[in-house]
Amino acid sequence: MVGFAHKYYAIKRRSAAVAWDKAKRMRVCYLFLLPYAVLFFTFFILPMITSIFYSFTYYNILEAPRFIGFTNYINLILQDDVFLIAVKNTLLIAVITGPIGYMLSFGFAWFINELPRWLRTLAVVIFYAPSIAGNAYYIFGIIFRGDIYGYLNAFLTQLGIINAPILWLLDPAYMMPVIIIVILWMSMGTGFLSFVAGLQGVDRALYEAGYVDGIRNRWQELYYITLPSMKPMLMFGAVMSITQAFGVADVTMALAGYPSTDYAARTIVTHLFDYGYTRFEMGYASAIATLLFLAMIFCNKAIQSGLRRLGT
Amino acid sequence: MNQTAFVPTEKIRKLQEKEARRMKLKRRKPNRSRAGDFLIYFMLAVVAFLMAFPLVFSVSSALKPLDELFRFPPRLLPLNPTFDNFSDLMVTLGASWVPFSRYLMNTVVLTMVGTAGHLLLASMAAFVLAKYDFPLGKTFFNIVVVALMFSGYVTAIPNYIIQSRLHLIDTFWAVLLPSFAAPIGLFLMKQFMEGIPMSLIESAKLDGAKEFRIFWQIVMPNVKPAWLTLIIFSVQNLWNARASTVIYSDAKKPLVYALQQIQAGGIARMGQAAAVTVVVMIVPIVTFILSQSRILETMATSGLKD
Repeated sequence: MVGFAHKYYAIKRRSAAVAWDKAKRMRVCYLFLLPYAVLFFTFFILPMITSIFYSFTYYNILEAPRFIGFTNYINLILQDDVFLIAVKNTLLIAVITGPIGYMLSFGFAWFINELPRWLRTLAVVIFYAPSIAGNAYYIFGIIFRGDIYGYLNAFLTQLGIINAPILWLLDPAYMMPVIIIVILWMSMGTGFLSFVAGLQGVDRALYEAGYVDGIRNRWQELYYITLPSMKPMLMFGAVMSITQAFGVADVTMALAGYPSTDYAARTIVTHLFDYGYTRFEMGYASAIATLLFLAMIFCNKAIQSGLRRLGT
Repeated sequence: MNQTAFVPTEKIRKLQEKEARRMKLKRRKPNRSRAGDFLIYFMLAVVAFLMAFPLVFSVSSALKPLDELFRFPPRLLPLNPTFDNFSDLMVTLGASWVPFSRYLMNTVVLTMVGTAGHLLLASMAAFVLAKYDFPLGKTFFNIVVVALMFSGYVTAIPNYIIQSRLHLIDTFWAVLLPSFAAPIGLFLMKQFMEGIPMSLIESAKLDGAKEFRIFWQIVMPNVKPAWLTLIIFSVQNLWNARASTVIYSDAKKPLVYALQQIQAGGIARMGQAAAVTVVVMIVPIVTFILSQSRILETMATSGLKD
């Protein structure tokens, strides 16, 4: 047993020495990587680590952080009713807009791929534009305005469907559906572009071979040829849609207000904002951020293992 | 005799034409039914209309005079299109405490410096990650891929704590430094650079070129589509950055922030608010339209392999 452990460590040491030698020979590589790596660790990895650290403390920026163990987490889960609403809303948004937005992105990219070249360009611009149009979702504020001048209210009144304007953005019953529609409208983002480009790159010879092998319609073609060849893009698209689904805050704050009526449109990120920037309870906010990070990583792993099984 | 011989040839000709047409249709694409094609065109047209509607409506609202904005029933297109809202917006901006030119300057500086820095740092890192195999290189890249998910708001709070420790709050660096290290740029650049043949780099090395020269004179000129994509994404990102949580001084705020303050001005500024929406959205959309073929070329390599 001792001999085995000894041998194991000897091998470990040896491979570490080999790696070290290689690293020394390739030190120019690290030189190239260094400036980016320093900034990347400071602003993308360190935030994760600090938020884990501060989540176990009481920290209000003015006083030094004070260690309080799991109190923040316990309060979050057992006492903070608003957080539970936020989790419920975020999950609702994530579960609906994540998978649906993802599938719509792929579906439309797939359809657009059938178009002749000039139409394809036009279609890509139209579908992609909402996701980069800055705060164009502001216009939904006018469409869903609560008074009679709001587009939807005016339209429905004209048709005689309603006889009093509906407070779309103030009534908790309508808030979430409206927000989900707006987020879906904006969901054709970077992932969508990746799909469009990826579909262009699928080997044409595969389709011809598939035809010879007895594939008879576009659905079979999609399932047996297109999807398996698109796996890398589908992985990338999944990462992008997780980012979007869990990070929702902008749209809810702009449309439903901050705070929204009865917290009906509160998401985890707006809750984080509330504690971080309004109450300056950084420890508590960090606990929220940590839970969010964990949820995102977990989702990413789950989706990746699901996609890996695709077409096999 | 002649008459009877003529009729069959005519028929044969027609049959041949029909067959040729069928073959042509068939050759166009296998496995495609006409009904399916029609359905797809129809559906895309409907959805494209729904997608474009809010954007068209934004533009048309910005062109409406004030009385038409509050018309009942509302109209999609303005009756008397006017640029009044835009000139009103200029007046409001001109009267603000911090001059408009200052906001514009801030945005221009942020966008230019941020994009240039991001392009340089991300390409340098992407180059070695794509073309050299060195210890921890793969691990680093995998971490970057995970970090793709942590953009924007999710890291806002811990980032604020770190930046306040580094005394970056209320300086341009609070916006610039994180944007230099945006994971999406490194990711796209690295994936695109993988396509450069290793032989190109090795032959340059044989000619005695050092790494930096290979990077600058061989690799970078060969990844123009990725360059452009990085620039466009970075510009879109920085143009939309309000930075409201990390920059407090009004004199340092970017243009979009100022515009959105006007937009928040309520009913009285309805027309100007619509104009703001158009001004804010026009920059990212136009840059995308101008560069979409290059961006798609880059995105074709964006896949995540296991």
